Formats: sequence, structure tokens, C-alpha cells
Amino acid sequence: MGKRRGLEVSVGAAEAVAMADVDVIAAYPITPQTHIVEHLAELVNNGELDAEFVPVESEHSALSVCIGASAAGARTFTCTSAQGLALMNEIVYIASSMRLPIVMILANRSLSAPLSIWNDHSDAMSVRDTGWIQVFAQNGQEVFDHIFFAYRVGEDPKVSLPVMIHVDGFIVTHVIEPVEFWEKEQVERYLPPFKPISRLDPERPVTMGAFAMPQLFTETKVAQDMATTQSMEVILSAWEEIYKITSRRYRPVEAYRTEGAETIFVVQGSFGETLSVAVDELRAKGEPVGLVMPRLWRPFPFELFRSAVKGAKNLIVIDRAISFGGQGGPLAIELRSSLFGLPAPPRVINFICGLASRDVTVEDFKNIYERAVDGSKAPVFQEDFQFYGVRS
Amino acid sequence: MLEVRLHGRGGQGAVTSAELLATAAIEKGAYAQAFPSFGPERRGAPVVAFLRISDGPIRLRCNIVRPDIVTVLDPGILRIVPVASGLKGEGVLVVNSKADEEEIRELTQHKGKVVKVDATRIALEELGLPITNTTMVGALVRALEFISIDDLEGPVRDRFGRLAERNLKAMKRAFEEAQICGAR
Repeated sequence: MGKRRGLEVSVGAAEAVAMADVDVIAAYPITPQTHIVEHLAELVNNGELDAEFVPVESEHSALSVCIGASAAGARTFTCTSAQGLALMNEIVYIASSMRLPIVMILANRSLSAPLSIWNDHSDAMSVRDTGWIQVFAQNGQEVFDHIFFAYRVGEDPKVSLPVMIHVDGFIVTHVIEPVEFWEKEQVERYLPPFKPISRLDPERPVTMGAFAMPQLFTETKVAQDMATTQSMEVILSAWEEIYKITSRRYRPVEAYRTEGAETIFVVQGSFGETLSVAVDELRAKGEPVGLVMPRLWRPFPFELFRSAVKGAKNLIVIDRAISFGGQGGPLAIELRSSLFGLPAPPRVINFICGLASRDVTVEDFKNIYERAVDGSKAPVFQEDFQFYGVRS
Repeated sequence: MLEVRLHGRGGQGAVTSAELLATAAIEKGAYAQAFPSFGPERRGAPVVAFLRISDGPIRLRCNIVRPDIVTVLDPGILRIVPVASGLKGEGVLVVNSKADEEEIRELTQHKGKVVKVDATRIALEELGLPITNTTMVGALVRALEFISIDDLEGPVRDRFGRLAERNLKAMKRAFEEAQICGAR
């Protein structure tokens, strides 16, 4: 392996993007933004990275630039958060429908109003159905590894889709921690050059993203959905190859101490790290509790999820986003739906907390556990969801 | 695991102090985590930064509420922020102050070990600026067992380039001039 370095996660992510030898980076360089593109701009400016850095006037333009560049055969990268993603939204759909393997890090942050710069998953959930392959990274190392993963999966001709890496804004992006780098040769072997099936070329003109009559539209979308679902095979193989290089095992659904667990927490993002400590402490007291983290968000690994929670009586699903007027947080809604129709499904107890980086500690997770499994507070089970940690 | 909370004012570089120590620990093969209290940066306003150092991977992604060490980069902070809040009884308070021990104890109510140094004076003399981040790292190292001043040389050079020499000097002076007051 390469050198182990202590650096800000955002800087590490940018170094990985540079090692992936991107051709074009387009980004709106100010709030909401991270040091990821700032460091990439430095690398390009210093001549350390031979790429075009296009500082655009809006996120809408950032992704539009990526689309044009990717259609011409360039490896492209962008990065945004929160309202930046919201402004980009129109183009987010177009990237996936045009089957362009752009890679984006979404530093997850709260959508305004009230104006907030802090972390939650409201932005992530706003793009759930945009057709991007989506993974959640819990820490700096996972972000670093998943840059190479994202290009390898997205650019595979069997997939040809954009990939979004979710990482908790501030809580992970702004932390200085150790990241083990890959050697240049390892990246080159893992990630072959981008060879698009077709590309914009004046010598051989093609039309991309054109108008489709109703007679064609449905079939186009069915093909897109099939490509998304069938990307699983490529995803699994890309993770397997990472394991061979780094000894780090990534799975669509991560499970921690679920053997014999009656109650299983289900979370995404950096909650999983703190929660694993709470699970250890609860296990030490004899509580039959485990933790499951759906790393792969789209395509959602339904079968793997069902088998990961098999035998559990209770699922404590903790969302970091709200579906206003809905039946809980977006993660809980998804999971309930995936369990529907099973002969004896576990009960889904949904909590929403940690909005706008509200601190959620080991103690908080233990309190949540107590509330969820305490029979005297049974009404909990009759509610679709509840907010945790709201000041009265 | 060792948990440190740093109190300073926006612009004084509390985050840089945490970053330098985290990088030094990681260079030595340990695990570390340094992060700011995330807020809109306001120059002069009280801010907090956090540092964790451990032998194994660090899984906590939350703030530090029961620190082993509290470091205060600005003397004025003692009067407006309850810096010793949650500090373990056997924990260490590392302060930039020219006040005497009694006054510091009265302001903070901390009965454990205190490491004090007039870091503002050292920073003014060595750097010409009342920015105490590197200076206070020197005092903080007095409270740490497994990081030495020498371990910080690399991180300081990487971070400060041509200004590294002066910062290293300020750091070493604080290390030497820091006064240790035993637990009461």
C-alpha cells in the first residue's frame, strides 16, 4: 500500500480524484462547497494535475460542464452539497439518463431554510430517484477508496451510469484523520482508462440526449432501470478487487455484531461509526443488539438487506432526514417497504435525529435503544416515527 | 483513547493546534482525529476544536464532552466560557495565562493538574502576532506522554513553510517555560 497520511478528509478525497487522473473538474467554488474542489484547483494550478478546472457560476452549470465533457469522452468530477445540489437538480437527472459516468461527491448537508451549513441527509434524499448509483462512505478512508470504485463501476460499459458518493459534511469532510493512500500502479491496474461506448466526435457525429416520442420514452427508461439494477454484479466485483488490493472489505449491506441480535440498528453514513461503539457497550451488558448499514443506496440491495436483518424482532432505523407528512424518514420508508409481505417481519421503530449536525453521542444511541425496547414505553411502536433529542 | 478539547478565539488557530498534534500522532503510527466545532467562522468569537488520539481506529463521530485535557489558547476565554466543563477530575488544564495559579483555579474551578504559560507574550516575541496556536502546542505537549516536541517538527514544517522556524521556536519556548501546578 501507499503511505498512510494524516490529512483532512476533503484533501484526501481530492488527492484520490487526482490519482484517478480526471480530465475535467467543474465546480461552483463557494458555499456550499468543501475543500475538495479547493484542493483540486490547487493541484491543477500548481501543475501537479493535468486537468481542466472549470470554476463555473452555478452548480447547474457545474454539472452541465461535466455532461458535455463526459459526452466527449473525458473523465469528469464534481462536488457539491445541500442547496448547491438543489440548484443542480435538473441536470442530475440528465447525467444518468444520458448514461454518463460522472463522479460526484455529495458532502451531505442540510437543505435550507432556515439557512444551515451543517450536516444531515436531506440533500442525499432529495436525489434518491435521479438514477445515479449511490454509496455512503463513513470515514475518510472509505471516501478515498470509493473514488476509484466510482469510476471503475460507472465507466464499465455494462453500467455506464454516474456515481454519487455520500459523505457526511463537516462531521467527516472537515476531519483530520489517517488515510492510507494507494500506490500509483495500484490505481492504474484497478482503474483502466475511460473508453466510452460512443462519444461526441466531429468526425463521427452522433446525437445524445435527444427528444423521444412516447413510443420510445418508456423503453429508454426501462433500459436505464435495468442497467441500474444489473450494475450490482459490477459493483460487487469492484469491491472484491478493492479487497484484494487493500484488505478492506466493502459490502452492499454492512453488518456489525448481528449474530443472535434481537434488535438491530439501521443507519447510513457516519452514524454507523459512533453507533458501533454503542453496540459494543450494549453487548457488554448482555443486550442482544447489532447494527446494519446499507452502504449501497441505489441500486438498493433488497435481498441482502432482508437476509442481514433476518431473525431480528426490532429494527431501530435512524434517519437523518425528514419526509414531511410521510410515514417516517426516507430510510425507514424504504426499509419498511422492503420488509412488507415477509411472513414475520421485524417491527420498524423509526427515529429522526442529528439534523443540521445536532450532536448524537454514544449515550444518545443507548437512550434510543432503551426507548425502543422498553415495553413500558410501548406506544413508541404505534407511531410511525419520532424525533429524538428535540428540546422542549 | 485520549480526548482533548481546545478553546480559543476565531482566527487564533485552535483547529491548527489540533491538526498539528493529530498529524504528529498519525506520523508515529497512532490513530488521531482533529476537527473544529462547526460553525460560521467569526474572527474573535470563542471557538472550540477537538482532538482524539488512540492506539486503534477511532470510531466516534461526536463532540468531546468528557475531555482528558482542556487547552485554552486565549486568556480572556477563561472569564467567559466554562472551559473546564466536563473535564475529568484527574484531567489536565493547559492555559495561556499570566495569572497566578489561584486565580486560574478560581475562574475554572478545576482541582486537577494545571499547565500554565504566558503564550501570548511568547507569540508576540517570536512571531510578532498574538496567535498562540503553535505556542500552545508546546505547552500541551507537556501534558502528553507519547508525543514529543521533536515529533511536531515535520507537521509544523509542512504546515508553515518558511514561517516554520519561528513557530517551532515559540513552541519550544512554551514547552520549556510552561509551569506545572500539581493537582489539589
